[in-house]
This record gives sequence, structure tokens and C-alpha cells, in this order.
Amino acid sequence: MRLEVEDLACNRGERRIFSGISFSLSPGAALLVTGRNGAGKSTLLDLLAGRLHPAAGRVALSEAGERTLPECLHYVGHRDALKSALTAQENLDFARDFLGDPALESRDALAVVGLSHAARLPVAYLSAGQRRRIALARLLVAHRPLWLLDEPTSALDTASQAMLMRLMEEHRDRGGMVVATTHAPLALRDAKEVRIERAAPPPAPGEESP
Amino acid sequence: MIRSFKALLIRDLKLAARVGGSGMMGLIFFLAIVTLIPFALGPDLNLLSRIGPAILWIAALLATLIGLDRLFQADQEDGSLDLLRLAPVPLEVVVFAKVAAHWLVTGLPLALAAPLLGLLVALSPEGMLAMVATLLVGTPALTFIGAVGAALTASLRRGGLILAILVLPFMIPTLIFGVSAANAAVGGTVPFATPFLILAALSLFSAVVGIVGAAAALRSGE
Repeated sequence: MRLEVEDLACNRGERRIFSGISFSLSPGAALLVTGRNGAGKSTLLDLLAGRLHPAAGRVALSEAGERTLPECLHYVGHRDALKSALTAQENLDFARDFLGDPALESRDALAVVGLSHAARLPVAYLSAGQRRRIALARLLVAHRPLWLLDEPTSALDTASQAMLMRLMEEHRDRGGMVVATTHAPLALRDAKEVRIERAAPPPAPGEESP
Repeated sequence: MIRSFKALLIRDLKLAARVGGSGMMGLIFFLAIVTLIPFALGPDLNLLSRIGPAILWIAALLATLIGLDRLFQADQEDGSLDLLRLAPVPLEVVVFAKVAAHWLVTGLPLALAAPLLGLLVALSPEGMLAMVATLLVGTPALTFIGAVGAALTASLRRGGLILAILVLPFMIPTLIFGVSAANAAVGGTVPFATPFLILAALSLFSAVVGIVGAAAALRSGE
């Protein structure tokens, strides 16, 4: 499948968040979305995931058969979409059955992210980094060509960051696509970059420098 | 489609059974209200058995409202709703699975517990049977109507009060026909079937409107 984004703009309320974002993704491509805090990186992912509607421009999906864009993607955001009362394994089993097109068994996906020992623990007992790794394991239990990752390395230790890099590269080798927002430079080979710029807000009255 | 539906239904049933889930809350609240009212009214058995069906229905309505505010809000807060939007099925199916799970852990136990609580308000045996039947057929309407309110208030903090104010007026027809069917069973001028069939129609109608409405509310949310 291919994804074309042309001249995308987004409003939240009356405010224009960004405009003029264009890029295209073909199988194996990676895109890094960079920008200051509050520039609209997550908003761009929300647009792609279909949670928000663009104010202008278009998002076109081709060669995807009958599937819509949300059916073609995984989204891992700041909120990890894990149920605290369920165990790690139950959370992944649910995602595997619910998302369709199953890939790895939940147990194997947990082994990949190094959390086999936590499979039977309620997610509420786990640390932020461990929860993030379970959310990332969700990428492995169902086949989806496009991965949308919002600050995927936050809360991860160095070893887990390397693991995530490896997963992303393997996914691209199989023809998958990755869109990741990031502050830290992610060492993805041949990654494109979109920088979301916004003019700095005008200084508040009384705060002008003399 | 069946697979996604089943996965979500089972997940929600599991969550309701776990610590902090809404599993038995509705039922206990129902019990609390029905137990309180005889204390307030005094030991007049005739009066109690006359207004018994009304008491049970109001209690069932309030018990259904308990927990409805968390129907979509819990998923909204932890990001699960974003995951649910990625389903290979329409959002309507997602809503239906969640509402079905909610009814199975609140509406169904209420209907099954009605005979027991009927004892507290001195209902006759026919009256108890009629209560079970009307609650079985009528509580789905309450849950479906409530789902629209729950979807609208999913991203609001303290949405529970707004939810109640939003949906209570729309629950009035269900309440009227539920109580009149239960009353008709123990005597009265209309046959039981007349209000009962209207109650069933209300449930079917709210199923369609509720599912489509809640899905539309979730789509336009954010």
C-alpha cells in the first residue's frame, strides 16, 4: 500500500495548528515527525489515525484493497490503551483477536519485548517502561502495514530502545511503513523527516524585553 | 466481524468481574434502593404491593445509570478508545459489543433478582413473574438510550451527572410502559400484552437509535 499526504492542515477549535504538510510513504519507508513541544506532532498522527479530520488537504491511501486507513495501521500513543485490571497476556490476546489478521502469539510477542515473566501479572503492577513495552508488543500480534508511533522511546531504557529500533527495521524490511514523532534523534536508516514549524507565540503583554 | 465483537464482549465482561469493575455494583445499588423505600413508607403491605412495580422499575432505572458513565469514559481515559477505532469493523459493532456486555452485567442480574426483591415490596407471585419479564425486555432500552449519553460525555470529567440529566427524559417512555405492563399483570383494565409489546418495541427502537447515535457521538468526539 501507499500513503499520500498533500498539503494537510489542521485546526483545533479556531486555531490553525499546522498547514502545508506533504509527504508520501511507500512500502519500507519511514518518516520522522519532529518539532517543538506543542507544534502538532501528535495531532498529525491523530489525523492519520482518523481521529481528527483535516481542515484542508487530503490523505490518500492506495493499493490497500478494501481496507480503510484506520484498518491498515497500528497506533501507539502516550496513553497505552492497556487495561490495568487485565494481565499483560490478556491485553495482548484481546488486541490480537480484536484487530484481526493475527500475527505472533501473545506469549511470543511478550518474549520479543523481554516481558515473558510478566505475562500473568496485572498491568497495574508494571512500571511505565514495562507498560510501554507491552503496548509495543501489540504491534507484533496483528499484521498492520503502517505503524504510527507517538514518542515511542519515551520511558524506555537503552536496551529497549535498541529492541524497538530492531523491530521497526524488521517491519520495514517486510514492506511495512513507520511514522514516528520524536524529540530524540531516532537512528532509522533512510528515514524521511517532516518538521512541523510554528511561529513562536507573541510575547504576553508586559513581558516584552526592554 | 464476529471475532472482534466476541473479543470485546469477553474483555468487558472480564473487566466487570475484576477488582474495581462495575460487576455487582448495579445489583447492590438496586437492592439498597428497594430496601430503603419500605422503611420510608412504613409497614403498609397493601400500599407497598400496589406501588411495588413502580419502586422496582425506578430502582432498576437508577441502577442502570450507575456505571453507564464509565461505559466509554474508561476507554477514553486510558487510550483504549483509540485502539477500538482501529477495528476492522464499523464503530457501531464496537458500541453494540460494549452495550451488550454492560447489559449482561447490570440489566440481566437486575431482572433475575427482581423476584427476590419483589418479596420486600410484597409483590404477588404473578407480579414477580411480570417484573422479571418487563425488566428483561425493558432494561435493554435503558442501556441503549444511556449509551448515547455515555458516548456524548465520554471525554468530560464528572460526566456522570450530565449523563443522567441528558438521558433520564428519554427513559420516561420505557418507565411508563414497564410499570404499566407490570401493573397490568396483577389486575387492571388493560391486558398485559398491550403495554408489554410497546415496551418490547421501545427496546428494539432504542437498540437501533442508541447504537447509531452512540457511534456517531464517538466519531464526532475529540
